[in-house]
Amino acid sequence: MSFNLLIFVALLYAALLFVVAFIADQRAKLGRARWLGSPAIYTLSLSIYCTAWTFYGAVGNAARNGLEFVTIYLGPTLVMVGWWWFLRKLVWVGRAQRVTSIADLISSRFGKSTPLGVLVTVIAIIAATPYIALQLQSVVQSLAVFADSSGEAWGNSDLNRAALWVSIGLALFTILFGTRNLDANEKHHGIVTAIALEAIVKLCALVAVGVFVVWGMTGGVRDTLALIDASPISEWEQSGGRWAGLIFVSAAAFVCLPRMFQVMVVENEQESHLATASWAFPLYLLAMSLFVLPIAVVGLEVMPEGSNPDLFVLTLPLSASQEGLAVFSFLGGFSSATSMVIVATIALATMVSNHIVVPIWLSSQREGALMSGDVRSVVIGARRFSIVAVLVLGYLYFRTSGGGSALAAIGLVSFTGAIQVLPAIIGALFWRGATRVGASAGLTVGLAIWAWTLFLPSFGPNAIITESVMASGPFGIEWLRPQALFGIGGQDPLLHAVFWSMSLNALIFVIGSVFSFPTPLERLQGAQFVNVFENTGGARNWTPSAAASEDLLIMSQRLLGATEAQKVFQQAAEKQGKTGYLPDVTPEFIQQLERELAGSVGAATAHAMIGQLLPGASISVEDLMAVADEAAQIMEYSSRLEAKSREQERTARQLRQANEKLTALSVQKDAFLSQISHELRTPMTSIRAFSEILQDENADDAQRIRYAGIIHNETMRLTRLLDDLLDLSFLENGQVVLNKRRISLRKLLNQAISSAGINADGAGLKINRTPQDEDVSLTTDPDRLSQVFINLISNAAKYCGADAPELSSIVRNLGADLQIDFVDNGEGISVENQTMIFEKFSRLTDHRKAGGAGLGLAICREIMQRLDGSVSYLPGQGGAAFRVTVPLSDPE
Amino acid sequence: MADKKAPIFLARKSYQRRRLRDASRVLPIAGGIAFMIPLMWHGDDVTERGTSDAMMFVFGVWIVLVLLAALLVRPTREEDEGPTGGEKEQDVL
Repeated sequence: MSFNLLIFVALLYAALLFVVAFIADQRAKLGRARWLGSPAIYTLSLSIYCTAWTFYGAVGNAARNGLEFVTIYLGPTLVMVGWWWFLRKLVWVGRAQRVTSIADLISSRFGKSTPLGVLVTVIAIIAATPYIALQLQSVVQSLAVFADSSGEAWGNSDLNRAALWVSIGLALFTILFGTRNLDANEKHHGIVTAIALEAIVKLCALVAVGVFVVWGMTGGVRDTLALIDASPISEWEQSGGRWAGLIFVSAAAFVCLPRMFQVMVVENEQESHLATASWAFPLYLLAMSLFVLPIAVVGLEVMPEGSNPDLFVLTLPLSASQEGLAVFSFLGGFSSATSMVIVATIALATMVSNHIVVPIWLSSQREGALMSGDVRSVVIGARRFSIVAVLVLGYLYFRTSGGGSALAAIGLVSFTGAIQVLPAIIGALFWRGATRVGASAGLTVGLAIWAWTLFLPSFGPNAIITESVMASGPFGIEWLRPQALFGIGGQDPLLHAVFWSMSLNALIFVIGSVFSFPTPLERLQGAQFVNVFENTGGARNWTPSAAASEDLLIMSQRLLGATEAQKVFQQAAEKQGKTGYLPDVTPEFIQQLERELAGSVGAATAHAMIGQLLPGASISVEDLMAVADEAAQIMEYSSRLEAKSREQERTARQLRQANEKLTALSVQKDAFLSQISHELRTPMTSIRAFSEILQDENADDAQRIRYAGIIHNETMRLTRLLDDLLDLSFLENGQVVLNKRRISLRKLLNQAISSAGINADGAGLKINRTPQDEDVSLTTDPDRLSQVFINLISNAAKYCGADAPELSSIVRNLGADLQIDFVDNGEGISVENQTMIFEKFSRLTDHRKAGGAGLGLAICREIMQRLDGSVSYLPGQGGAAFRVTVPLSDPE
Repeated sequence: MADKKAPIFLARKSYQRRRLRDASRVLPIAGGIAFMIPLMWHGDDVTERGTSDAMMFVFGVWIVLVLLAALLVRPTREEDEGPTGGEKEQDVL
């Protein structure tokens, strides 16, 4: 078979890919291709995980290390099967935040930080460049195999020239289909369809070679197994550390590789695709790996010693003169390499343009976000430039490394670099406390350790790190030896690098996050990422400010294109109930617009651009409060409701009580009025009657004097009554001013007794006192307290019905209070009347005899309340007994 | 009569769906453990196991994982909801 025919076939295949991509893009534009968004296409697009490293390298790896190659596929299998844990959340966040790349995800989560985006982009480029070089190398090596077999031995310059042409072709394809639009969702239907086709080709090619090897070259399954047992790799001596370590590395790389993120998250259309892929993609991996070991074993058996096991997939069919199969196999390898390079280039170019080129360009523009010209062309230009740059880097790496080293080794070095973002991603999705400081520090440390322990040494001895440094550390510092950090040597270099970079990366990330404070924007984004399932609505990032809607429209038109931007604005205006293209600049609208722009230029840039137009925009306290857990909010809300209903219950109860009191008061007032009119009327009646008699001229002088005396008495009674009423009213309204001072109880009682008109000789009422107990002094209002005493004593004098009335005063000192009981030897007061005696106008006997209005005890009770004491009836003392309690000192 | 014997349970279907989701969460852990089993085959065992046995075992576990994952996908997702549609029963027990 001539080499030119192979080139022709390869070009034909490449042309087919162009056509497929073109048709898919056209159909997607017309919205007529439902199959484009099918789970099958999604699953197949994930197969870019299987690069040329898988297609060629897996067999090589199997030939060297036996079954160990399979770990690279077990990791992704576990991640896919466990999609419910991690991938589902990742995809949700990717959709909700319109994430464009893995750098965008991390930058967006940690406060839309541009430096962090740059850092992740740099890591991605450093990790991916060798990998892209690896793909170029595999393509040109496979070409060289065919050249060899057709009698042309390729030299280095031929290899380089072929690599250059392949790179140019790939750049062309990627630019054509990867930068057609700045589509908000960053979906590339053409490319996804093309790589789905390539996925089928590479699977079929590998399976075809496998089937040929097992049933064509060997006698079937049983013979193949026997051959494996007889081969140099028959013994099962797998190192447990490498086995588990590689499963971990591949699982982590599956989510961290920029190209995987591109197809898995950015190009994802709905969750159900991921659900299907959760079993279909492991199945694909299984099929890809199934024949690797047989091919390797047969290759070791059949091929001459010293032939490159990485190329068994090609050389085996060629050696068996199956040229058609060999060409098919070549196409499979070509597909693996190109699909990886295309997607990786797009992913990297998006990162480079969104996080490096556009920010630099924006800051170089004087006018800021309101710059003139179409920004879209700038961004697309930046992306095209980035694609070329990434491919140039890959090509240069290929040129300088010169190929030759085992493919699988480069692959693992690259994987280990890519997974340095794992702690940051996990923190971003599951830990609200993760901060930008922690993420940056962790990433930097991880990158440094990876570079020192694995990446730089991978260039070979004396290439970058000299052998003396490898053996005794830089400047003779032993514990910094690249493959024996902290003096712990003797391990597998890869595991050593993975262990130290990942553990220190994660440790620094956690420490940095714990001991730093996030910015408000970080906290908002953190809540939106971690709680992506709970609040799809999202919190607001902007407070309204005076930014003109028109400025925003001008800026958006330059990014999204005039039609698209106008559509967004019109819809927003419609939602607000307005007509035209200029909606009010509400926080909701700004957020929607920012997401819209983020789909094109990444979150950090979009945020920065809007920030230029909204200088006063900041995060309000309400936004931060919205960060609080939904659950916490609900709990707080319900507890608030509960408290409110309790309060309402309490208020209702109080209202009811108040109402009852008011009703009672109203009754009391009526009774009071009627009693008072009665009390006033009685003396008024006699005054009127006697004054009428006085007017009668027939009355003699003696009668006149008598009647005038009666009228005077009745007037006095009225005055007393009115005085009492006034006194009571003052007391009840708290208008009384107390003149408190220190006074001895004895003096007080003496005054009271003499004021009550009791003679010291005991005629009328005999008073028994206990002089030794009265030797107390207290701080109180003496006039008011003696008024109470006078009242009680004169009551005893008036009502004690005994033949020889006696009143005993008993004084008790209770420490804080003084208790004075007045007990007489009369009949006492019946139980039913005991509660009534302190009411106004209550009089138990004929009121004429009492000569008062029945206000005395009511006044006493009021006075004692004012004095912070009390007066009460004391039953069961053999007569009427009243107890006065008064504080010894002034409580104030 | 059969109805009376069944315990009272609301939303039996969605409850079972959530339990199946739990099962699919366990799947990767179980798979990871199963993939480690060949590591215990070291040593000078009488019934010496070679690479071909390990290969059969690993691929056997692999295919079982794929089958179980495929079986669990459908019942865990009765209603089709995209990342934009709101399924909020996420962590309800």
